[in-house]
Amino acid sequence: MQDQLIIGANTQEVDAKINRDLLGHIIAPSPQWFWPLIGFLALVVAMAAGAAGFMINQGIGVTGLHRPVMWGFFITNFVFWVGISHAGVMLSAILRLAQAEWRRPATRAAEIVTVFSLMTAVLMPILHTGRPWRVLYWAFPYDFARGIWPNVRSPLVWDPSAINTYLTSSILFVYIALIPDFAVLRDRSTGIRHMIYSVLALGWRGYPRQWRLQMIAGILLSALILPVFVSVHSIVSWDFAVAQSVEGWHSTIFAPYFVIGAVHSGVSAVVTVLIILRYMFNWGDYITRDTLDSLARLLVVVATAWFYFFATEVLFGLFTLETPEIGLRTMQIFQWPFAMLFLIFITTAYFIPVPMWLFRNVRRSFKWMLITTILVNIGMWLERFLIVVPGLARKSPLTFNWSTYHPSVIEILIVVGTFAFVSMMILLFSKVAPLIPIYDVKEGQILRDTIKIGKVEVPAVRREE
Amino acid sequence: MAARQVLGLFRTADNAALATDRLKEAGFSAGDYQVLTGTPYPEGAFGEDPPKHRLFAFPFFGAAVGLAIAILITAGTQISYPLVTGGKPILAIPAMAVIAYEGTMLGAIIMTIIGIIFESRLPRPIMGLYDTRITEGFIGIALTCSEDRLQAADLVMRQAGADDVKNDDI
Repeated sequence: MQDQLIIGANTQEVDAKINRDLLGHIIAPSPQWFWPLIGFLALVVAMAAGAAGFMINQGIGVTGLHRPVMWGFFITNFVFWVGISHAGVMLSAILRLAQAEWRRPATRAAEIVTVFSLMTAVLMPILHTGRPWRVLYWAFPYDFARGIWPNVRSPLVWDPSAINTYLTSSILFVYIALIPDFAVLRDRSTGIRHMIYSVLALGWRGYPRQWRLQMIAGILLSALILPVFVSVHSIVSWDFAVAQSVEGWHSTIFAPYFVIGAVHSGVSAVVTVLIILRYMFNWGDYITRDTLDSLARLLVVVATAWFYFFATEVLFGLFTLETPEIGLRTMQIFQWPFAMLFLIFITTAYFIPVPMWLFRNVRRSFKWMLITTILVNIGMWLERFLIVVPGLARKSPLTFNWSTYHPSVIEILIVVGTFAFVSMMILLFSKVAPLIPIYDVKEGQILRDTIKIGKVEVPAVRREE
Repeated sequence: MAARQVLGLFRTADNAALATDRLKEAGFSAGDYQVLTGTPYPEGAFGEDPPKHRLFAFPFFGAAVGLAIAILITAGTQISYPLVTGGKPILAIPAMAVIAYEGTMLGAIIMTIIGIIFESRLPRPIMGLYDTRITEGFIGIALTCSEDRLQAADLVMRQAGADDVKNDDI
């Protein structure tokens, strides 16, 4: 339960404080650190863009990709960012459907993480092709003149269709939920900003019909987006599972395993982002220890479900005694340097954070939650790397030259740039729209109450049936 | 006679609800006024009836269109260039099902968004009488009436506890 923002205050005082707190950074000048930080992130993004330009000019020979390892950092990073993108809308949708009261400050940031991480994910396979200008006719049927059509039997065509659906849906979902907040901004801005926010608010007045439809929209769109979210990472997993050449990837549980892994890394990323935003914008009244506690409890369940899939995938794969499976696992777990990466992956993704989250003091600690959720994502990035590279590097029949994979500086720069890009875009978004949904927080304040039971007063929330 | 608009601003939901009752007693109908808030209040808080809408029809229509387009694209492109790859049939159901599913969902979601905007009576190019205090916790009651009833509406709102009442030509 979120604490009451101003004890005993009337609606106008509470609303004014919420507007001031959540819109201050948009309407008033930004904190002193804001633009220097944006500048630094832009510099990193520019370096990555330069590296990408160099690669496009020179060809993908400048990467560390070499037969038989033709998927490396780019595809690892693609799977990672698609995974991160899953948290957002999933978290928002499930919590809306479940009417979880603590969702209110977390939903918008989660949705924004989805949008920008998905945009970043899309860039990875485009760059990986080495000829980005050809991607359009590999993915979309538009080249009528030459009769060139995408091969719809390839999962590499399913990917763009799923990601396109998810990205479009996520952007529209965010926009619909932003309309009432744009109206607040319209009412508090002047000049050109007022004109822009007026257009974005579409003339929103806030009468009961509009609010009712807004509430239905949240639930209806959540229900529609959830199946899309499940399909997207399932399809990403099929990029691997239906690849004929790598036997180690032929797994029927890859789809749910990838989906739950995506939720694990994504929810962790949302917690990381929320803690950083709380610190940056002084949102201590909104992103509370209770919010963190609830998210950490959810993470314990999600992480354990993910570990169950991981263990099933490894143990029952080995139980078959099939040579490719044993070869792949031997390489992943026992051969240098993958063995070291495997150890880091499994400890940071599960064995360090989950036991820690069992302690209330850790779940309610911003410092420990920040550290553990970052650890989870280090582990989950490595998990994707350990699926991609050892799977391809293993010696297989009819492969007559092979080597392992060493990422080049170009690839490292581009991957680092993607992290800077997502951070920069979230910060820039925070300058134009509130990262905590204003009307949702205000509604929470209207519906909250305390009730006396015996000798104690406990927080309560009124809710419509 | 020119239609006029009156906007009363109330500090509490109780006062706003009282004003809607008094307006009805004074002969105004529910269609004459709108309650404007910066926050969603529980349905019926101001005595309004649940809104009638057809939002649930929109996703079904969108899904049907999306499915049709997806089948057209997947089947049409493969028949146009029937190249067998991997020994799979030209019209492979699992592959087509994936894209058909995504097309269906995309159509459903886009039409839902259109439906929400349409049923919310947006976009609204002319705002009408409005006050920015509404997004700062005040509750507005915007009433449209004839010139001769302007004074009566103003009086009813003030008697119900309006903090401020303003009116304008529309």
